[in-house]
Amino acid sequence: MSVRRLSPIQPDSFAFKPETLKEVKRWMANYPPGKQQSAVIPLLWLVQKQEGWVSEPAIRVVAETLGMPVIRVLENATFYTMFMLEPVGTHALVQICGTTPCQLRGAEDIIAVCKKKIGPRDHRSADGKFYWQEVECMGACSNAPMAAINDYYYEDLTPESFETLLDEFAAGKPREPGSVIGRQNAAPAGGPTTLTDPSLYDGSAAKKIKIPNLPAKEKA
Amino acid sequence: MPGLLEDKDRIFTNLYGLHDWTLEGAKKRGAWNGVADILAQTPEWICDQIKASGLRGRGGAGFATGLKWTFMPKQESDRPHYLVVNADESEPGACKDREILRNDPHLLIEGCLIACRAMRARTAYIYVRGEYVFERQRLTAAIQQAYDAKLIGPGNIHGWDCDIRVHHGGGAYICGDETALMESLEGKKGQPRLKPPFPAGAGIWGCPTTINNVETISVVGTILRRGAEWFAGFGTEKSTGVKLFAASGHVNKPCVVEDAVGISVKQLIEDHFGGVRGGWSNLKAVIPGGISVRMIPADQCDEAVMTYEDLQARGSGLGTGTLIVMDKDADLVKAIARAAYFYKHESCGQCTPCREGTGWMWRVMERMVTGEAEMSEIDLLLDVASQVEGHTICGLGDAAAWPIQGLFRHFRHEVEERITQYRARPGVYAGAAVAAE
Repeated sequence: MSVRRLSPIQPDSFAFKPETLKEVKRWMANYPPGKQQSAVIPLLWLVQKQEGWVSEPAIRVVAETLGMPVIRVLENATFYTMFMLEPVGTHALVQICGTTPCQLRGAEDIIAVCKKKIGPRDHRSADGKFYWQEVECMGACSNAPMAAINDYYYEDLTPESFETLLDEFAAGKPREPGSVIGRQNAAPAGGPTTLTDPSLYDGSAAKKIKIPNLPAKEKA
Repeated sequence: MPGLLEDKDRIFTNLYGLHDWTLEGAKKRGAWNGVADILAQTPEWICDQIKASGLRGRGGAGFATGLKWTFMPKQESDRPHYLVVNADESEPGACKDREILRNDPHLLIEGCLIACRAMRARTAYIYVRGEYVFERQRLTAAIQQAYDAKLIGPGNIHGWDCDIRVHHGGGAYICGDETALMESLEGKKGQPRLKPPFPAGAGIWGCPTTINNVETISVVGTILRRGAEWFAGFGTEKSTGVKLFAASGHVNKPCVVEDAVGISVKQLIEDHFGGVRGGWSNLKAVIPGGISVRMIPADQCDEAVMTYEDLQARGSGLGTGTLIVMDKDADLVKAIARAAYFYKHESCGQCTPCREGTGWMWRVMERMVTGEAEMSEIDLLLDVASQVEGHTICGLGDAAAWPIQGLFRHFRHEVEERITQYRARPGVYAGAAVAAE
C-alpha cells in the first residue's frame, strides 16, 4: 500500500471542458444502464488529462456526474496510483519504472539522471517544467529500462540518451515515443530472426478454408 | 531455424508490428477467416474443441480454458453473461499482451466474439491497464473497424450479436486478480472478493462472468481454424500449444517471441534472446514466469523446460512464460528486495497478513542487501513468508512470498556471507579506532 493524500493546496472549482464532456458521455454509455459508476476511473483519467492532476473539487464533480458518494470517488483517486494528487510539471511528467527487470538493466542510473536534472522524486523541478516519480512495472520489460513521459513509453534508455530526451522535452520539442535505439517494438535488436517467411504475408492465409473437426451432420 | 517452431505455425504473425495492424492487414494474415463457420456451431462444440486443444490460461494460473468456459450457465437468463478480458498486464517481467494489443488487436477481437458465443455472452469488456495508453487507443480503433465492417455488434454478419467494449484501469497490479478486476470494473477499489461465489455464478454486477487473459483469447480463433490437434501437437501432454515468451534482464537481445511450449530454457535463451550476457556459463539464475514464481539456479537451467509440470517440479512455475535472467554480476538479493518493495507497494491492504507482511518482508530484505541483519532473521523471514503465503484472499500474498523463498532456497549462503561480512567489518563509529588499538 502506499500513502496517498490530497494536496493541501486546492483550486476553488472544477468544470469539464465541452470536449472532455463529450468523452465523459461516451464512457458513461459504455456500461449497462444504471451502472455508470463503472466509469469512475476513466472519468478521473479525463480530469487528469484536462488539468494535469486530480483535485478535490474535481472529485466532487465526478461524484455528482456519476451519482455516487464523494467518498467512493475519493477512495478510487487515492487507491489507484496513476492519479496524480498534486500539480505536476508543465512540460513533462516523467515516470521511471524501477521494478526488478528494469533495475537489472540499469534503471537506477536513469533515476540518478532524474535526481540530477529534475530534483528530488515526487516533486516539481525548480523551474516547474518537470515532475518525476519512480513507478512499478509498466509492462515493457523486454525494452528495459524505460520511462513513461506524458503517458507514452520511451524505451531502451541509457543515462546519456535519457538526458538528451529530457532536454528535448525542456525545449518543448520531444521526439516520437518508442525505442530510443531504433528497435522495432519488442523485436530483438538487429532485427527479427523469426516471422521471416514471406508466405505469411502474401494473402494465402485469407483464402477460404474448411474448419476442421466440424460435427458429422454439418459435413453431410 | 531458431527455436522449435516454424514460421507457418506461429499465431501472432504481426508480433513486432512490421505489418499492417488494421482490419485489412489482419484479414490478409488470416484473422477473421472462417469465423462465420465457427460461430454457426454450438457453444458445446467450441468448448469441446478448446478442451481437446489442451489450451491453458496464459495469464499465469494455467487453468484449463475450455473447462472454465463450461462453468458458465447453459441458458441465457435475465442476468446477462459477460466475458471479461484481462489486459491488466502488470506482472514484472511480463510484456507479451502489450504486443498483441498494439500489433495484432484483431486476433483478440475475433477471439472475444468466439468466446462470447461459447459462453453465450452478448458483451465483452477488455480491461486494459491504465498505463497502456497507446495500446488502448490502438485497440479502440481496431474495435471500431470491426464494428464498421459489421463483424461484431448488433446485427453483425456472423449471426451472434455481441458488443466488445474497452475499459481501463488506474495502475494497480492487484487488478490482474480476477475478482479485484471485477470490483475495479464496477467502479470500486480493486480489492479481491472472497470465492465462492465464483465469477461464473456471480461476477460483474452479480452476473455470470468469465475472465480470461489476452493471449488465451487471442489464440482461440487460430486453434479452431487449424484444429485442436494441431495445437495439441506442440508441447507435452499437460502443457500443449504455442505461446509467447519474453526475456528481460541479462540477456544479449531481450525480446518477445512465440515458440512451442516445452522448449528448454537453454534453447529459448540461446536461440531467441541472444544468449546470456557473457555466455551461458555466466548464468546465475532464471525467474521463468514473471517475478512471482520462485527462481531456478543456473545448474538446473540446463535441463529445465518451459512446461507447467517441469517448472512446478523444480519449485517454480511457468506463470506468464516471461523470463527474468540474472547473470553472475547480478545482485540477487537486491533484485528480490526490489521485488519485495513491489509487492509492498501493490498490496491492496485488505488482508492483514499481506498488508503488514509485505512491508515487513521488504524492510528485512533491504537490510539483507547490506548484510545488516542477524542470522536468525533469515529463518524468521522465511517463517513470516510462509505465514503470508496461503493466508490471503487472493494470490498476491503467495506471490510476495515465493520470490523470497526462491532466493533462500538456492542462495541462502550468499545472504549468510553478507551478514558475516557486515559483522566482520571494521567499526565505523566514533572511537572505533581507539577500541581497535
